[in-house]
Amino acid sequence: MQSVFTGPVFVVRDNIDTDQIIPAQYLNLVPTIPDEYEKLGAYAFAGLPESANPERYVKEGQLDSEYPIVVAGRNFGCGSSREHAPIALGSAGCKVVLAESFARIFFRNSVATGELYPCESPDRLCDAFKTGDVVTVDLDAGTVTAKSTGKVYKFKPLGDVRPVVDAGGLFNYARNTGMIPK
Amino acid sequence: MTLTETILARAAGKARVQAGDNVWVQADILMTHDVCGPGTIGVFKREFGQTAKVWDPNKVVIIPDHYIFTADSKSNRNVDILRDFVREQGIGYFYDVIDDPSGHWVFDPSRGSLKRQHGAHYAGVCHTALTQKGHTRPGEVLFGTDSHTCMAGAFNEFATGIGNTDAGFVMGTGKLLLKVPETMHFRLEGKLQPGVMAKDIILHCIGEIGFDGATYRAMQFDGPGVANLSMDDRMTIANMAIEAGGKNGIFEFDAQTQAYVDYRCKLNGTKAAYEPVARDKDEKFVYELVVDLGKLEPTVACHPNPGQRKLAKELGSIKLDRAYVGSCTGGKTSDFLEFAAVLRGRRVVIDTFGVPATPEIVHDLQSARWGDKTVWQVLTEAGVQMTENAGCAACLGGPVDTFGRMNAPLKCISATNRNFPGRMGHKDSQVFLASPATVAASALTGKITDPREFLPKG
Ligand code: SF4
Repeated sequence: MQSVFTGPVFVVRDNIDTDQIIPAQYLNLVPTIPDEYEKLGAYAFAGLPESANPERYVKEGQLDSEYPIVVAGRNFGCGSSREHAPIALGSAGCKVVLAESFARIFFRNSVATGELYPCESPDRLCDAFKTGDVVTVDLDAGTVTAKSTGKVYKFKPLGDVRPVVDAGGLFNYARNTGMIPK
Repeated sequence: MTLTETILARAAGKARVQAGDNVWVQADILMTHDVCGPGTIGVFKREFGQTAKVWDPNKVVIIPDHYIFTADSKSNRNVDILRDFVREQGIGYFYDVIDDPSGHWVFDPSRGSLKRQHGAHYAGVCHTALTQKGHTRPGEVLFGTDSHTCMAGAFNEFATGIGNTDAGFVMGTGKLLLKVPETMHFRLEGKLQPGVMAKDIILHCIGEIGFDGATYRAMQFDGPGVANLSMDDRMTIANMAIEAGGKNGIFEFDAQTQAYVDYRCKLNGTKAAYEPVARDKDEKFVYELVVDLGKLEPTVACHPNPGQRKLAKELGSIKLDRAYVGSCTGGKTSDFLEFAAVLRGRRVVIDTFGVPATPEIVHDLQSARWGDKTVWQVLTEAGVQMTENAGCAACLGGPVDTFGRMNAPLKCISATNRNFPGRMGHKDSQVFLASPATVAASALTGKITDPREFLPKG
């Protein structure tokens, strides 16, 4: 199981709701249909107002993002219960979201789908980093290390939910642990 | 235990649970709609097999309501996916857009947005439809693939929104692993003043605790003021628990709850038996707020989130482009009656849209008479564009041809429940949340306006 991720970060701020992660007009795409799953990735973060986020998460015409790690402020993923939100990010290639706090349903959906690791950091990392900074996230150590400065930040261990994401989501986990038959 | 803990303990088959416990909870109802239903069905089939059966076909309720009146072919297809699944599984409650159980839904844009295009079974916005069709019962556990599922907490039940994967799991097993939330206590006292509505209560509370103030928590509403609130009012309040990040909102049970639920279950022939939960002496709360309803004033949540609380009277400098009344939280009959009471005999000065939540509400407004006019006529004569195609419409933007959607960076005052950037369409548009009365007064002046300016004097 991969537990260390290195790459450039994409930085957003507080209160990024699910409409900004995947605008409602794309909810006609059904995540369990493979080519619609891919398309959802192309629209990840398409709802971010350009004024606040001039860089796009996924470049025009691409299906995947160059940023495997998202750094956010408070209350990331608030708003609707649409699972399209963690799925769009996961489909675009996001592996880890590091936020000061998460909205409940987004957190749960990230874990249930196994799309990404939602990590809570007590530091305000969205002030410490800017989009494009390269970092290494170590899930076992609970650390983020900035490549340019070597500075290390701690985040809260994922605890109970880590093995669920490791397994690839709720169903695999439930089968592995005998909660539902194999 | 708090109301929420009592229900979860019962649904988990335990004598007691406390906040923080992880428990397997038995579902009474699973609701899904056209936006999340196809994905939920996809998860269910992928994980349980193509020939798997849902855990109980009479406990799965399917309500298309979000992207219905649009020419977008994928959206139309999604309603067909629901219909096929219902047929295959023998689902007991499906409120289809069309009457033909083997037909295909296609919206016809050439007939316009205002005239009814749905069939006789269609029930409109899922949360409102659930209550009107007798699927919300005290003491039960309701899961829905929609964040505003918490609205059903008005009926003294545990109701919360979940994602497709969790819903696929519930579809196959009838169960879900939940963490018992801590409870925040909102004690309501007194009575609202004229011109002040339930929406103002919940906007006040969210402003008090912040847009993430109830994250992972239950919001319990009780106290003597609840008796002065109708079931519609309680729905408006419980609906927006999620706008403070809450897992659920919940009210005490009383004679009004009973009358509503008994009538609705009988009307649609749904299960009539239920067991309400009551408060007990050792409730533990993590937060307490006493709200004197008599002191509240018309309240607005400003762009860009539901916690940006201001009073309507402070915002007269904000000029608006449009006004909107609709949604599960603000598109009920009582909402339109308040809206119409302010507009009656006057004319709006900005584009104003009215989208009743359900066909039953359309019917109510077209049959209620004020003098020689129906309420519907009062509204259309005031200049409101009223559609008979009940549903979610522009509350969440939707496909670009959605009725009332903001396709430009406009400013809108809206009786809906959510105002994050882009919620009603264009990502640089702005939404101000307010009561239907405040929306009406603002539509008359073109700027945010306290509705008490239009109340009859004396
Ligand atoms: S009316 Fe709005 S808030 Fe209610 S279910 Fe529809 S989209 Fe969601």
